[in-house]
Amino acid sequence: MIETLRLTAEDAAGMLERGEVSAAELHGAYRAAINERDPELHAFLTTVDEVEGEGVPIAFKDLISTRGVETTAGSKILAGYEPVFDATVASRCKAAGLPLLGKTNMDEFAMGSSTENSGFGPTRNPWDPERVPGGSSGGSTTAVAAGLAPWALGSDTGGSIKQPAALCGVVGLRPTYGTVSRYGIVAFASSLDQIGPITKTVRDCALLYRIVSGRDPCDSTTVELPEPVELPGGEDLRGLKIGVPRELNETEGIEPGVSDRVNSALELAKELGAEIEECSLPRSVDFGLPCYYLIAPSEASSNLARYDGVRYGHRSAGDGDLRELYARTRDEGFGDEPKRRIMLGTYALSAGYYEAFYGQAQKVRTLIKQEHDALFERFDLLVSPTSPTVAFRLGERTQNPLAMYLSDVLTIPSNMAGLPGLSIPCGLSEGLPVGLQLIGPQFSENTLFRAGHALEKALGFDFVPERLR
Amino acid sequence: MVAISRDEVLHVAQLARLDLTEQEIERFQEQLNAILEAVGKVAELDLSDVEPTAHPLDLANVWAEDEPRPSLSVEEALANAPDRDGDLFRVPAG
Amino acid sequence: MKWEAVIGLEIHVHLKTRTKMFCRCAVGALDDPNTRTCPVCLAHPGTLPVPNKQAIEMTLRLGLALGCRVAERAIFHRKNYFYPDNPKGYQISQYDEPLCLNGRLRLPGPDGVAEVGITRAHLEEDAAKTLHVGGAEGRIRGATASLVDFNRAGTPLVEIVTEPDIRSAEQARRFLQVLRRTVVELGISDAEMEKGSLRFDVNVSVRPGGSDELRTRTELKNMNSFAFAARGIEREIERQIAIYESGGQVEQETLHFDPSREDAPPLRSKEEAQDYRYFPEPDLLPVEPLREWSLDELRATLPESPAARLERVLAAGVDLRDAEALNAEPERVSLFEALRDAGIEAKPAATFVLNDITRHEVDPARVNGAEVAKVLRDRDQIPREAFDAAVAASATDGFSAEEYLRERTVADASELDPVIDRILSENEQQVEAYRGGKEGLLGFFVGQVMRETQGKANPKAVNDRLREKLAK
Ligand SMILES: [Mg+2]
Ligand SMILES: [Zn+2]
Repeated sequence: MIETLRLTAEDAAGMLERGEVSAAELHGAYRAAINERDPELHAFLTTVDEVEGEGVPIAFKDLISTRGVETTAGSKILAGYEPVFDATVASRCKAAGLPLLGKTNMDEFAMGSSTENSGFGPTRNPWDPERVPGGSSGGSTTAVAAGLAPWALGSDTGGSIKQPAALCGVVGLRPTYGTVSRYGIVAFASSLDQIGPITKTVRDCALLYRIVSGRDPCDSTTVELPEPVELPGGEDLRGLKIGVPRELNETEGIEPGVSDRVNSALELAKELGAEIEECSLPRSVDFGLPCYYLIAPSEASSNLARYDGVRYGHRSAGDGDLRELYARTRDEGFGDEPKRRIMLGTYALSAGYYEAFYGQAQKVRTLIKQEHDALFERFDLLVSPTSPTVAFRLGERTQNPLAMYLSDVLTIPSNMAGLPGLSIPCGLSEGLPVGLQLIGPQFSENTLFRAGHALEKALGFDFVPERLR
Repeated sequence: MVAISRDEVLHVAQLARLDLTEQEIERFQEQLNAILEAVGKVAELDLSDVEPTAHPLDLANVWAEDEPRPSLSVEEALANAPDRDGDLFRVPAG
Repeated sequence: MKWEAVIGLEIHVHLKTRTKMFCRCAVGALDDPNTRTCPVCLAHPGTLPVPNKQAIEMTLRLGLALGCRVAERAIFHRKNYFYPDNPKGYQISQYDEPLCLNGRLRLPGPDGVAEVGITRAHLEEDAAKTLHVGGAEGRIRGATASLVDFNRAGTPLVEIVTEPDIRSAEQARRFLQVLRRTVVELGISDAEMEKGSLRFDVNVSVRPGGSDELRTRTELKNMNSFAFAARGIEREIERQIAIYESGGQVEQETLHFDPSREDAPPLRSKEEAQDYRYFPEPDLLPVEPLREWSLDELRATLPESPAARLERVLAAGVDLRDAEALNAEPERVSLFEALRDAGIEAKPAATFVLNDITRHEVDPARVNGAEVAKVLRDRDQIPREAFDAAVAASATDGFSAEEYLRERTVADASELDPVIDRILSENEQQVEAYRGGKEGLLGFFVGQVMRETQGKANPKAVNDRLREKLAK
């Protein structure tokens, strides 16, 4: 019997290579783990029986289109929808021989920070099932943390990979905007959405990023990586200049336990040879969240207009004319959060408000980008907590959208600038994982992997949730 | 500060084709006002000489050559259709 | 009071690319329903647009042909609205940064040349086709369902918007004709109204003659022919004038014409206030044409402007009807001008190209103009059969007027007189009758002379000479 809880994708690949296990046996072991633990956690919306490929199996967030396999983006409006094509990242995983384990739960249309906004019920945190796994890629981070998949793909718009990775104690990369194809990814906010790996280790993260990244002719906004992905190996941080933006580390709402763990990690970084210095991102943190909550809903209001019950997806059963059909189909199919964001975005784009809201937010985006660019003239990396808090209780923030939105206050600013960010676990606070966010300039993934790997080795964090050990 | 009126909520719901219930209208009005208050501060910045960033990547001129690729079969095209009439998608008149 | 019409046009033209604007489905709006679709043009979740480079180049060439400035940077916008023919819930179009702007077309007419400003020429995608069933054939009203065919969805469309510089229905018709010729000759569109590859809307208002105010305008949609459009515009101008003259106000509205019933009054629809929520399409990057294309090289690919050609033909003294008919094919104008160069007057040159060449189904491009001009110059001295044979042969290799001119008719009095004198002396009775008032007998004498000369006599000369001699 293969124990999946500790098995990294790299180790699993080694076992396959040495012929110690077959791809089907490996797939079967994860399917058995899903059967055992997923009834409690609800990380998966769909599981797949056929084993297609000879490699390490993988789980996809349910917004990645998979030919012939239901893809819902966590929304009832897409219940039963089976794509007739594969997303580019799905094709690339297929080409690399990675068999699909299943599709993971998520906040509806990736709108949320707790996976409670799923149209199919919440996912629970494997460290404490009374708590949320974070979101919106909570299904993928839970699957990896609970040994239900060796690795997974998630998507990150405002922090939807980094934040749940932090809350589940796993590694998550939000890549540089444009390095991973969005073709076939159910869109939330086009200028922000990025697909990225969720793994147990930084090396696994680099391995998966290598498979999925690179220019895709089907996505006009992708580019070729300027340099190949390197598998990190070094265990020191000599020569690395790390900036610690005051606003990202001292903002209101950061739990003391979270700050402690981040500060210890910074001490460790210094011991590993990094130069550490305080710095400032005065406007990025103040205006990042407002800017995000204008741009993302505006784009979403348009991206979600295609769900009209004409070509696919839910259609309201009642009679009436076309207009009623549209309005009822969308009312029945969308949950609260998408409706709220569609309303907000429609309002922000409507006549008379565009300049004040969307237009202005795009200018703020320029400021945020400039502030980050200036810091990267002095630093290789910036460091902060990924999430201000550890995993919170189910239901704690569902009644107050603004409180939920604040979960992403630390991940949003660099996302607005299109920058890559890596979250690695850096210890526990109150028995729950704390995430460390490393931010680099565009295309600095290799630096993030190198630093993340060295810190991971030095921190020695045990990624298996205590209650499952 | 902008405040969104009930009429505006109804107008926006109409533009977005959402058939909201009375309860939803009230709740959204309240929540949208709270959110707008929080995000509205970007409207107050003076950014007259700042260029907007529509895109994090500074790229241009990405396109494809005019070479046809195979289309879907009619059955694939209509595979997910909630309603059809022969090879056409069917919707109520309006 | 004298009123003046203020008219602007918005013309949509299908581009003749092989593939759609943002996906690589083959263009084929009229193929079997839903056989030209893919996840992109069906707007399946997660699909993304990739622009068609050829469509961009075609738009730039059109812009240059219309004297536009090519933008240094153009972007695509999303225009948001719900309708089953609009699968994404937004149309990818252009808004405040189009590819081509600020053009000008010199529009020649019988009263000189008018300048029509071209506000912009931009690129966008067409909608799907909906068929309304259950009510009266094909109509929205009374229909119980609509059936949607996505073949047309995503076909590249260029939209040309004019300034409100047009002053009459006739001018609008002429503008559309010239514009149509322009896109056809650029090779960028078939621009066939019956196939829907050219469509246009008209904005009409009126104002007191000489003023420069802009009053409330109405929009005329669904026109299916230039002549129909001209009639629709005229009716609308009269309607607006009547409203103002009776002290009323024109309301802003859209008038839909029923193409199947040209005599029916337009349907009015007060469309709900539209708010398209334009914003830059985040799935696409800007287009910077000058970094990819040399405008000089693009200009070098432009054929002669049909407007300039029409202007020349009119200036040569051809009336508008014939000038437009000549202008319908550049080769006709070339032949016309070759004939003029050979010394043929404008009217007979135009008539020759439009009637004789067309009647004989001769390709005007292959006609040797200088040579055929010789035949044309002596038209009335050549037997009709010989003339026709010359026209029919005029496009063949090595065509020479010589052999047809050899058939030249006998018009010379010294050759004709002996024949005429003999016939008159042989028919004294008829001569007397003619001189007594029976002038209808002239035909009899002509016939006799023609028979005697075996058809070689020039009819006009025979007529003239006979009259002279009979008058004595
Ligand atoms: Mg248009
Ligand atoms: Zn297509």
